[in-house]
Amino acid sequence: MIEIKNISKSFGENKVIDDVSFVFEQGKTNLIIGESGSGKTTIMKLMVGLHEIDSGEILYDGLNFPALGVKEKQEVRKKIGMLFQGGALFDSQTLEENIQFPLDMFTTMSKEEKLERVNFCLEKVQLTNKNKLYPGELSGGMKKRAALARAIANSPQYLFCDEPNSGLDPKTSIVIDNLIQSLTHEFNITTIVITHDMNSVVEIGQKILYIYKGKHWWTGNSQEILKTTNPELVDFVFASGFMKEVFNVVKNK
Amino acid sequence: MNLFFHLGRYFILIKRVFSKPEKLSVYMRQIIHEIDNIGISSLPIIAIISFFMGGVITIQAAFGFTSPIIPLYALGFTTRESMLLEFSPTIVCLILAGKIGSNIASEIGSMRITEQIDALEIMGINSAGYLILPKIAAGILILPFLIAISMFLGIFGGYVMGIATGACSSYEFIFGIQAFFEPWKLWYSFSKVITFAFLITSISSYFGYYTHGGALEVGKSSTAAVVYSSILILIFNFILTQLFFT
Repeated sequence: MIEIKNISKSFGENKVIDDVSFVFEQGKTNLIIGESGSGKTTIMKLMVGLHEIDSGEILYDGLNFPALGVKEKQEVRKKIGMLFQGGALFDSQTLEENIQFPLDMFTTMSKEEKLERVNFCLEKVQLTNKNKLYPGELSGGMKKRAALARAIANSPQYLFCDEPNSGLDPKTSIVIDNLIQSLTHEFNITTIVITHDMNSVVEIGQKILYIYKGKHWWTGNSQEILKTTNPELVDFVFASGFMKEVFNVVKNK
Repeated sequence: MNLFFHLGRYFILIKRVFSKPEKLSVYMRQIIHEIDNIGISSLPIIAIISFFMGGVITIQAAFGFTSPIIPLYALGFTTRESMLLEFSPTIVCLILAGKIGSNIASEIGSMRITEQIDALEIMGINSAGYLILPKIAAGILILPFLIAISMFLGIFGGYVMGIATGACSSYEFIFGIQAFFEPWKLWYSFSKVITFAFLITSISSYFGYYTHGGALEVGKSSTAAVVYSSILILIFNFILTQLFFT
């Protein structure tokens, strides 16, 4: 479980995160949604320590992450897996080397054990036998899946996914969403997904935090979001004609 | 103010670079990879430049030494001194600052803008140490060998050109390269090389590591890496020369 308590962050005069609190539950896919520029990615970067908070607390199972020393932070980070928006795979390494990398760094596994783990992770993301391919040889969807495989290689307790569906077609998006959800449940991970893909929200949003202009604006789940009357959230969720139709169906039920 | 900002940030980065590695075996593998990347790949360009520059030094010296009181073996002596003291350790390192420096800055800069460095950090890895320490170590280890090869090929180029143009005999050139040899000058040369290797790799890494933005900024970082490495090579060349010769 990760709890953020009253976190705030400013860049110069611009306050991008304003007193946000939320509990990201273990074994659930926790979603952070909001318009572009609302502060979603900043919250994630604050949570993993890529930015420093101005005030507040970020508790990883009770451990206040920002207050930890460099070594202690590194220990917490070893339990984190992260899927970046662009994948962030190491270009000069094959998929096998990419996935094996955290195992090389932090485990005493034998070569055979590492290979077994790599193959297990590749199988989980449906990339079996793609070990020797380089990131440059993969499609966008395959890159995301490969990055997901690397993120789970070291059996993380916390999984962060930054816009896992961006730039993907709807079918591949569903594959990624299902993968994230199944991994979360199977390994009982605390998963945090940043998205503004409404299909993902409806499909995997077990707990949703809606951020509006850097503030905690709404909390709920995928069912509640379709019935919301919060005007800003209604504007965001039902911005497309398709979602408006969904809304009307739900309302008339 | 800007200078102090960069200096402060550079030294903080260097402190992080030299913190304890997470896993020595992984770092050793990286060092070997970097030796190949930084050193071996630079060998052809260094060999070509050194051979021809040695030849040119000999021909120019032969053209200039018109007085009958200057012995012909002075050609070998001049070529050796030029190659050992200045051309190989300084000019070749300036050339390498362009080749290696831009390579390092663009590699690390690209990793920064594609979030690969963030990915390392989130894994709990000291990204500065993992990315930069092997490059510095590889540079310090391999550049002295490259420069030794450059010295040899430069003198050999001078010998070949000297004989080919009839400027001197083989005996005179070889006598010249042995004449008045002072071993401490080699220490001076290799001290410079090690210093320049550290400057090239660390400064280029610094500019790459702190790249922000996109492809344009990666290009700017590469340029800055080459410019500042070259300037600092010249400054430290002056400082070390003062130290060794006074």
